[in-house]
Amino acid sequence: MVPLLYFQLLGAALFGIGLYGVLARRSAVLIVLSIELMLNAVNINLIAAASYLNGIGRFDAFDGQIIAIFVITVAAAEVGLAFAIILRMYRNRGTVNVDEINLLKW
Amino acid sequence: MQLALFILVAIFTIGGALGVVATRNVVHAALFLLLSLLGAAGAYLLLFAEFLALVQVLIYGGAITIVVLFAVMLTRSSEYPRITDNRQWPLAVVTAAVLAAVLGVAFWLAPEVSSQPQAPEFTGLAASLFTKWALPFEIASLVLLVALIGAIIIARAQTVGDAEDAPGRSEG
Repeated sequence: MVPLLYFQLLGAALFGIGLYGVLARRSAVLIVLSIELMLNAVNINLIAAASYLNGIGRFDAFDGQIIAIFVITVAAAEVGLAFAIILRMYRNRGTVNVDEINLLKW
Repeated sequence: MQLALFILVAIFTIGGALGVVATRNVVHAALFLLLSLLGAAGAYLLLFAEFLALVQVLIYGGAITIVVLFAVMLTRSSEYPRITDNRQWPLAVVTAAVLAAVLGVAFWLAPEVSSQPQAPEFTGLAASLFTKWALPFEIASLVLLVALIGAIIIARAQTVGDAEDAPGRSEG
């Protein structure tokens, strides 16, 4: 059987890769994709913990799964809004490079 | 057998994620993201979360990837190849590696869980969602509605009001 630790390490690695993408990328689209990776890493951890800790203490297998459903919901809303903002940004400034969007930088 | 399947989905997930952060081509990045998300769906299947795996494939694989591709097509694609990673990328590598290492050590040191993943009765998910989690569920629907309306307002073309404002702004 696969220990819980393996799933958690998979989630940690995925989160690290997503963090690197958010920090290092310049294209706004790629930053949003990296945020999706991080949300996904959280989901893997939630579901793994929920599945392994079912019935231990006050844990219920569905609590983790339902929180994961909410994370997916928020991720969908976030992607829709993010791309609306990126489209508007592109129309107004002609670029999706976040280093060139320095209107609020003095 | 399970370990082999886990290694397979881990390779898919991590490999797809590395593809997302490594490739220059945005369309390729979106497709790598799809690979990574499908790998995660496989991990959910190994954890007996079949409903979540289904939702993952439908929402991420279906909706989000398509939205990403739309966004890539609607913004100028010729610009993308020259947008490189920024100069701080070595620092970003260090930060991400340190964070992943700290998380990994924390998980490593956590008390060992001897129980095995179980396949709970599937109907319990709906019962729990609509009783214990009913209020967050309703709030989630509101969040989606607000995000949808906000996205439409932000992204739609110039309105009549904006057009009237524009000359005034240029005169002022």
